[in-house]
Amino acid sequence: MANTLGRILIYTVLCLTAFYYLLPLYVMFITSVKGLEEIRSGNLLSFPTDISFAAWGKAWSSACTGVECRGLSSYFYNSVRMVIPGVLISTALGAINGYVLAKWRFKGSEIIFAMILFGVFMPFQVLLLPMAQTLGWMGIASSTTGLVFVHVVCGLASTTLFFRNYYVGIPDELIKAARLDGAGFWRIFFKIILPMSTPIIMVTLIWQFTNIWNDFLFGVVFSAGDSQPITVGLNNLANTSTSVKEYNVDMAAAIIAALPTILVYVFAGKYFVRGLTAGAVKG
Amino acid sequence: MSISAQEAHYGFTERWLPRLVLAPSFLLTLIFLYGFIIWNCYLSFTTSRLMPNLTWAGLAQYQILFENERWWVAVKNLFIFASLFIGSGMAIGIGLAIFLDQKIRGEGILRTIYLYPMALSFVVTGTAWKWMLNPGLGLEKLMHDWGFIHFTFDWLVNSEMSIYTVVIAGVWQSSGFVMALFLAGLRGVDDSIIKAAQIDGASLPRIYWKIILPALRPVFFSTLMILSHIAIKSFDLVMALTGGGPGFSSVVPATFMYAMAFTRGQMGVGAASSMMMLATVAALVVPYLYSELRGKKNG
Amino acid sequence: MKKLKVSLLAASFSIAFSVHAADVEVLHWWTSGGEAKAAVELKKMLEAKGHKWKDFAVAGGAGDNAMTALKTRVVSGQPPAAAQIKGPSIQEWGDEGVLASLDDVAKKEGWDKLLPPVVANVMKYKGSYVAAPVNVHRVNWLWVNPELFKKANAKVPTTWDEFFKAADALQKAGIQPLAYGGQPWQDATVFEAVALGVGGSDFYKKAFIQLDPATLQSANMIKVLTTYKKLKPYTDKNAPGREWNLATSMVINGKAAMQIMGDWAKGEFLAAGKVPGKDFLCVAAPGTAAAYTFNIDSFAMFKLPNKDAEKGQKDLAVTLMSPEFQEVFNLNKGSIPVRQGMNMSKFDDCGKKSAEDFKATSAKGSLLPSWAHGMAMHSATQGAVADVISQFWNNDSMTAQQASVKLAAAAKTK
Repeated sequence: MANTLGRILIYTVLCLTAFYYLLPLYVMFITSVKGLEEIRSGNLLSFPTDISFAAWGKAWSSACTGVECRGLSSYFYNSVRMVIPGVLISTALGAINGYVLAKWRFKGSEIIFAMILFGVFMPFQVLLLPMAQTLGWMGIASSTTGLVFVHVVCGLASTTLFFRNYYVGIPDELIKAARLDGAGFWRIFFKIILPMSTPIIMVTLIWQFTNIWNDFLFGVVFSAGDSQPITVGLNNLANTSTSVKEYNVDMAAAIIAALPTILVYVFAGKYFVRGLTAGAVKG
Repeated sequence: MSISAQEAHYGFTERWLPRLVLAPSFLLTLIFLYGFIIWNCYLSFTTSRLMPNLTWAGLAQYQILFENERWWVAVKNLFIFASLFIGSGMAIGIGLAIFLDQKIRGEGILRTIYLYPMALSFVVTGTAWKWMLNPGLGLEKLMHDWGFIHFTFDWLVNSEMSIYTVVIAGVWQSSGFVMALFLAGLRGVDDSIIKAAQIDGASLPRIYWKIILPALRPVFFSTLMILSHIAIKSFDLVMALTGGGPGFSSVVPATFMYAMAFTRGQMGVGAASSMMMLATVAALVVPYLYSELRGKKNG
Repeated sequence: MKKLKVSLLAASFSIAFSVHAADVEVLHWWTSGGEAKAAVELKKMLEAKGHKWKDFAVAGGAGDNAMTALKTRVVSGQPPAAAQIKGPSIQEWGDEGVLASLDDVAKKEGWDKLLPPVVANVMKYKGSYVAAPVNVHRVNWLWVNPELFKKANAKVPTTWDEFFKAADALQKAGIQPLAYGGQPWQDATVFEAVALGVGGSDFYKKAFIQLDPATLQSANMIKVLTTYKKLKPYTDKNAPGREWNLATSMVINGKAAMQIMGDWAKGEFLAAGKVPGKDFLCVAAPGTAAAYTFNIDSFAMFKLPNKDAEKGQKDLAVTLMSPEFQEVFNLNKGSIPVRQGMNMSKFDDCGKKSAEDFKATSAKGSLLPSWAHGMAMHSATQGAVADVISQFWNNDSMTAQQASVKLAAAAKTK
């Protein structure tokens, strides 16, 4: 009896909480399909009387983000071009770094790890100006390459942390046995470690994808017209103020900007948890 | 086996390859992290205004910083925000994780629902919540429409309360992640201990309190570190939700630094403020890293 | 192997997206309706001269984000060709040694004759032109919905005493007297109008241009602050954070009777199809009919490493000051041409009045730079002063006396 009551309580709490989490998304979505008149006269939660996806079309292809009125589409592709190399490179580096720090430790490697780890906690605004100067010297300022570079450098600490913590959990005996069989550094990595790394690769890919896709600060500062990511486009679009603030277009645009990362979590969320379970961030 | 003993067994390539592999990342970190921190540190001792310059100014910028009322509001806000954000985020996350651990039907769906806010950028979160918490358009109007005419929720536009709205939005975004971490941790706890305790007659809440949660100490610390760093770095969220307002009642050090360095042509002050931010972070993180390293050496 | 592939990828990206030499990259934050339309006109004219406009729009914070982007670009050695910079900031940038001289263009086009000295001086750095002005905004306007006034049987105010009388009448009739947007720059704009109306031109000059501490803490200033705060009960609760144009739309839609705002508000009225003189009235902010606070948008030109781009810059400068552009741009944006001697027939009554008052006050010495819009103080000082005003408005426990002390302290910010 007490058990059933307990179960009911648990389910109620979970459902109410789910409601709290879904509320903003629901509000954003129904606003994006309402007409402007309805938004003004109705209230937050009122269900639209007329569903129209016109706002979505406008957000994608014709909303104004400055002098250009081409919507978010080009920004979307800029983000894609930036995110894919950024995620792949930082994950790859994190993997080999983690491998070295967990399985091939040498004198001073722990200190190096700590030094790299501190990067996780750095407030990024500190980096802006010196990074701009350096990117300028390197000739890649205001370009997608520059953005990718910045994201790789800043993501290094997190990805290294994830892989290292995970690899620490792999028994050393495995490595020793392989070495007795004559395998070297790279062979062990590709033949033994990597195949076992699926959970942590998923965690890292998801984490990096989210961070890089959603970044605004670096995007606004280190890009120019044809490399501006979608967060910058969204900001321009939403801050475009006319006497008629088009809430529906703003909300549609926000959802478009958020869609890739949301989809990643919806479809790959379970890998994320699985990867965490396997020890991504365990002490 | 100790590290040096391990090393003694390495061949020549094996001794150098790991270092070589690590070198690029280490170099990048050295230059782009520590080099920049040093650059920034130097900047905080110069007279830089609109752009960086190299004229020495001693502690002048720090003096200006400490006399600046906006800075102290930012610091106060950071403490309020960080403690509430971390506290509520942890509490809600752990609670959800414990509940979800009870073999719930639909766990997958619920987990996705709690986790998806993390996928959103803070800009999107801030914008959505800004709208929902706006007295004229959002929650308050909704309550009025539903008949609760005397309901007020004007925190967003109230100087005293604006920072708390940042907490609400921030917790909404991050508690799912805490839940994921703790759920993973809970799943890793050995079942046999729990079963033994149950046989001894302990109730479920007691088991959680006395046995399981203490076993999750490492997860607590990891989560604490991650939430702290999110709290300290909070920039996008504040900018999108309140813009630092009303007035400057909800500024935080990150937005202060940005305003000083970029908007106000007081780069030296901005650099000084980010050194302060860095010092705070270091004060929290270095002891943790130290204990981590010591623990590993023994483990 | 992975690394080789990756570097090939990176190299191909940089080749594909390198900046073309002949582009003219323009940084601005004109993303709103009327402004964006005006910017498009500029783009068309520049492209008619054979150059390519590279848009670098960064919205938000009335230029905050844009300024950040600008600084990082300059630091990285890749400044845009032109950036929307105005007021004393032009001199601040000049101090950094990164601006390009436009003297050859200015001489050829005769800028010294076409611009009043008070404007020309702002565009120059150490005697050389480094920026081209685009328009003149008058800031001390009061926008009125005459229908609501008729309903409340109130008189359109010309002094602050009359203002409060009218506001009370409006409130009694159930109409919100003042539409307000609670953002620091708007707080400063309204405060500036009150200061000018209550204190007069000489007070304004001493307090905000000369930053005289005695004036900032004087009884006169306290009177100004008190009058300013007296406005609060006539605004609505949702004002904090509200965008300026949403406040304007309150007046357009009959939800509020008045707004104190610069002439860019007119653009919103016109875009909504309203007729000046009939659907809305433009009068000088109470007590300021004999004064004019101006805000001038301008584009500063940066030294570029590339000679081709320089030609684009010069052509941009010529375009900005050309009569065609001045007319079309200002018709769209709600301001008036900065180029003197233009035919004002196409402009509406508010625009014509603005131009007349501009000439008149210039002769009288009451043509004043708007400090709220960055025309009078360095950005650091302006930020600090605006902070105090915002705080005073939002914090009900601060007294006018305390605020005036803080003002004097803020004015010392370098």
